[in-house]
Order: sequence, then structure tokens, then C-alpha cells
Amino acid sequence: MSATYLGMPGFPPPSHPAFPSFPQAAREAVRDETLRGNLRHATHTIRAKRAGAVAELADWAALREAGKQIKDHTLRHLDRYLEQVEEAVTAAGGTVHWAVDAQEANRIVAGLVRATGETEVVKVKSMATQEIGLNEALEAEGIRAYETDLAELIVQLGKDRPSHILVPAIHRNRGEIRDIFRSQMSAWGRPAPEGLTDAPAELAEAARLHLREKFLRARVGVSGANFVVAETGTLVVVESEGNGRMCLTLPETLISVVGIEKVVPTWRDLEVFLQTLPRSSTAERMNPYTSMWTGTADEDGPSTFHLVLLDNGRTDTLADEVGRQALRCIRCSACLNVCPVYERVGGHAYGSVYPGPIGAILSPQLRGTASEIDASLPYASSLCGACYEVCPVAIDIPEVLVHLRERVVQGGPVTRGGNRVVLQPAKGHAAERAAMRVARWALTHPGVLRGGQRLASRTRRFHPRSLPGPGRAWTGTRDLPAVPAEPFRDWWQRTHGDGEGSE
Amino acid sequence: MSSRERILGRVRRALADVPQDDTPYAQAVCRDYLRQHGDHGAEETVDLLAENLVDYRAVVHRCAAGELPGLIAHLLGERGSQSVLVPPGLDESWLADTDVKRVADLPDSTPHELDRIDSVITGCALAVAETGTLVLDGSPDQGRRRISLIPDHHICVVRVPEQVVSSIPQALERLAPGRPLTWISGPSATSDIELDRVEGVHGPRTLEVVLVSG
Repeated sequence: MSATYLGMPGFPPPSHPAFPSFPQAAREAVRDETLRGNLRHATHTIRAKRAGAVAELADWAALREAGKQIKDHTLRHLDRYLEQVEEAVTAAGGTVHWAVDAQEANRIVAGLVRATGETEVVKVKSMATQEIGLNEALEAEGIRAYETDLAELIVQLGKDRPSHILVPAIHRNRGEIRDIFRSQMSAWGRPAPEGLTDAPAELAEAARLHLREKFLRARVGVSGANFVVAETGTLVVVESEGNGRMCLTLPETLISVVGIEKVVPTWRDLEVFLQTLPRSSTAERMNPYTSMWTGTADEDGPSTFHLVLLDNGRTDTLADEVGRQALRCIRCSACLNVCPVYERVGGHAYGSVYPGPIGAILSPQLRGTASEIDASLPYASSLCGACYEVCPVAIDIPEVLVHLRERVVQGGPVTRGGNRVVLQPAKGHAAERAAMRVARWALTHPGVLRGGQRLASRTRRFHPRSLPGPGRAWTGTRDLPAVPAEPFRDWWQRTHGDGEGSE
Repeated sequence: MSSRERILGRVRRALADVPQDDTPYAQAVCRDYLRQHGDHGAEETVDLLAENLVDYRAVVHRCAAGELPGLIAHLLGERGSQSVLVPPGLDESWLADTDVKRVADLPDSTPHELDRIDSVITGCALAVAETGTLVLDGSPDQGRRRISLIPDHHICVVRVPEQVVSSIPQALERLAPGRPLTWISGPSATSDIELDRVEGVHGPRTLEVVLVSG
């Protein structure tokens, strides 16, 4: 965008060259009719089902409140609980590593894989490893990472980017998936069966056959975790297909990369999240498989277990009094499925592995607002509030969006890389700030306001339909409001005035 | 400074604005949600379990203890299984009526070997009625996690009503966190194609649950 756009910021050279600003990406996306059809179909399918699954539980509101309180309490004492996790996991036979950022996490994982002598790993779907770009980092070290979740497989085979937290290939319909399987599977291993159709059951079968040999020979598994229980050192992975169980139990070495906000204090806390997470994400009473493990077990599953605790911007997010609630997120993706903006533009426009409403508040906090995409994300919303309504841990996403908009426009103190810094106001908003300064001056000087309004009324025939100069971007998506023939205050004076006049 | 110290230091600085709060955790969270949904008797709870298992495409059978060996023989025969994987502590009498080849899960048996076995029979730690869930905890009648994963046909025996709880909170109370746990709700499935549920991906595609009473 070249012009100043007052409703949405346009920014100087982006530090993420791959990602254009949200409005720019969105403009492309909404023109893709296949994409819009796919998203509409998928999000509408899940919306009604989620509502039904939630309605089955009479105590939903109480579960939601408890989930919020558990997470808030944990975040408030996060240092203590992280130390407890370390102690419990170590006592159970695991090894704990700490990674300040993506680079360090990738280095740790690559080193651990290399130490096994293996050159391939099987992966359970994990947001944390997506976030840090682990697959690419391993590739650079000569280690091939195989995604085993069906949707991740579709994304990996299609050399694509994920567009949804739960269903990264939501932007693909069954026909597109069949085409990707037919053309790409052979390059990665077992080819797609002859005559593969687009029936979902056949596509699932093709994935089963393709991945089976990889599971059976795998020596190293890489996962994330949905929860880590501090008091016991237990990790929990919630999944559907069984690929998670394969990766968590068959390899000799298991490496789990987990964000530091995934901790819950006690075993009992799972009783809340195991009720709210499946219903919020896939609208099921319970997902098909949940695995829980504590360190290593005698002769059952991996004999070596590594836990990599990942910061990568989370402590910076924790330092923001309003924004820290984003760390309560349990990655259910209910907010994506109800979002009118997400439904129309899809996940790629958000320029992050975290798309949708939660991504719009998480990415600019984890990465900072320096890049074009991150500064535009807080505006990727109509503030309708549907996301807050469905959130199982009651994250007030609209509140954080408005807070982040303020930060982008006005600048102010933030924490980046553990240091307090003062953010400059965004350049793209100079015209907006100037307009606001003029407005403030006019509104505090009644004579000026009156004179200006009269001038505007008398010249109304000559008003353009759109603004010139920096204002052009504002009227690019809006009509300039029509000015009345007579200012309201003059009309009031004329029809209701006490005759004394104000002049 | 180590990364550990850096992260913990950042956490402490990030929380500098938060007032000191030493409420014990037991009082920090309001847990006024339900311990179970609805008040069911033991028999109704078992019915609810069966209903929810079927809803997620598990095949449910009910029988008395004496009928179990016959039923298992029938299920293996119907499936055409040539071999069945048996956990080390499974009640031998369950297999009294079948001559299908029994295979033990040996410490050195490879995943490839297990992949050639048609069926597996296990017990369970407990079952959750409200969600139609079976929980395996690696006890001798259930074996290692991998044996209930690799064969395509899983027969799971639940003793009713004593192994059935109503809800997730009740299930967690009865489970030991230190054990490797697998929660199973129906056969393997995916919602990855157009967010619609399809059964049958990597785990056993057929899950048969036998509810044994008496």
C-alpha cells in the first residue's frame, strides 16, 4: 500500500518480507472463490456442532471460569511452576532443556536428534514446532522431519502453509487433497493408491498406508504437548488419528517442545480442560485418543525423553498487563471457526502459524509489532466479539485487539526480548494523529467549531465524494459523510432557541 | 547466564506489577462445576457408556462373565483373525474357546512384527460413561501402549458396573498419573478433511467393546 490508510496501518519496509500486511493479503484472498467456498463449508459445519456439544454440559460457564482461573493462577506463579515441572520431569527420568527463542530451541532439538545418529524424525502435529520453524531448521542439518497428522501431511506434501490451528489444511477441499496425494506422495515414500478418489475415507486410507512404514521404522519422535502437569511432570497430547500415539510410543527417543504457558499446576486441573478442549475444537464429547506420559516408563514407550521448554516471546507477552491473557489459550481454534473475518479471508492472510482472532493478538505480542504484518494484525477484526463468546478460557480478544491498536498508533513502553523499550508511534498514522489533533482543537474552541460547521454547510455543493491526499485511503472503503444544509446547532437555535441568540 | 536463569528472570520481571498473592492453590480456583452430569444409577451409567461408545462408531457387545470366552471366540472368528496379541496378564480363560494363534508382546518384538498380527485383546483401567471413553493404564491385562495401537482390530473388555465411572473428574480421581495412560474414545478418526469426522486413520479401525457383568 502506498497511500496512508487511516483505518488500517500501512508500514515502512517489513521485516517479514514474506508476509504482506493483512489488508493486502486479505484483498487477494477474498477474490479466491474456491478458498471462500472451502472455508465457508468447513467453518459452518463445525459451528453448529460445537454449539451442540457445549449445550450438553449444563455447567459450561463454570468450567470456562475455572479454566480461566487455573490459567491465570499458573501464569501469575509461572516461575514456581516451571521449576516444579523441571523437578518432576527429571525425577521421572526425563531431561529438561530451556530455550529462550526459536533458534535456541531448534539448535537443541537438532543436537538431540544428531546424537541419536538418526537422519529422520516423525512428528506429531504441534503449534510450537511450527512457530519455531523446526522442520526447516532440521532440514538444514540434514534431518528430514515427517509430519504425520493428516492435515499437516497435506500441507507438507503441497509445499503449502498451515491456515488453521486445528485443521491446517482447512483451505483445501477433498478434490485438491486427492490431487496433492496423487502427485506428491511418491516423492516422500509410498505413492498414493491407484485410482484414488476424493472420498474422505479413501483419502484417510491413503494417508494410513503412506505413513505406516515411517511409523514402524521411526527411532525418534518429536511432539508438542497440550498440557504439562507441574505436580506430577505428566505431559498430555490430545489427538484423533492415532499418529500421535505412534510417535509417542514407538520411537526410542521422544523430544517434546512445549511453550512455557502450557503448564497447569495439578493433575486435577485436567478435569476442566479435558471437558472444554475437545468440545471446543472438534465438537466431540471426547477426542478419539489422549496420551499421558510421565518421564519414561519401564519398557513401555521411548527409553529417552527430552522436554524443551520454549519462551520465544511468551515472557514478553506475560509482561503486558492486558495482553497476557492471550497466554491462557489452549489452541482449540473455536475463535477461528466463528470469526466472520477468518471465514472470508482464511488463515494465510494472518502471516503466522496462529491465524484468526487468537493469532491477531498472539502474533503481534510474540513477535512484536515492528513488521508490516504484525502491526496490521490488531486491525484484522470487526470487534464483533464472537471469539470471546466461544473461548473456553474466556480470553477477551476484542479488549486485547483494541489495546494493541493503541500501542501501534501511540507507541509506548513494551517488553521485547526481556527488556523494557519504548515503542515509537507508527509512521503510517501521522495523518490520523494530525486529524485528531485538529479535531481536539476545534472541539475545545466553540467559535471555531461553529464557524467551521457553517463554512462546511455553505460549501456542501462543492464537496468531493472522496478525499484528496493522505485522506484518499480512508475514503477508499467509505463514503464521505454528507454535510447537512444547516448545522444542527443553528437549527436548534432557530427552532428551540430562547431568542437571546448566542452570537 | 543460562537460558533457564534468563527465562525465569524474565518471568519474574514480567510479573513485577502483580501484587503478592499467597492463596493456597486449593482455594485459588472456584470449582463449582459439576462432578458428574445427571444422576444416574449404576445400570443407567453402563447404558450411557454403551450409547456414547456406539455414537462414536465403537461396536458394543454385552454378556455375562460365563459367556465371555464364547463371545471372544465368535468375534475373532467373525473377523477372520489368524492371530491375536495377548497382554502378559490377560485372564487365560477369556481365550479358552478360541484356537486362534496367540502372540505375546515380547521385549524384543519389533513394530513390524506386531503389524502382522490381526487382533489384540485387552482389559482396561476404567471407562467413562459421559464421553464413551476407555482408559488403559498399562496394567498386566492391558500390556504396553503399542499393542493396542498397531493391530487393526482391538477388543477391549470392560467389567461392568465396577469399572465404569460417570464423568471425567471421577476418572482422573481413580487414575495414577505416573502410569502411561491412553484414553480411547471410539476408533481412530480425523476431522481434517473439510472439518467433518471420518473414522479410520492410524489406530485400530475397528474397536469392539465387551461389557461383561457378573
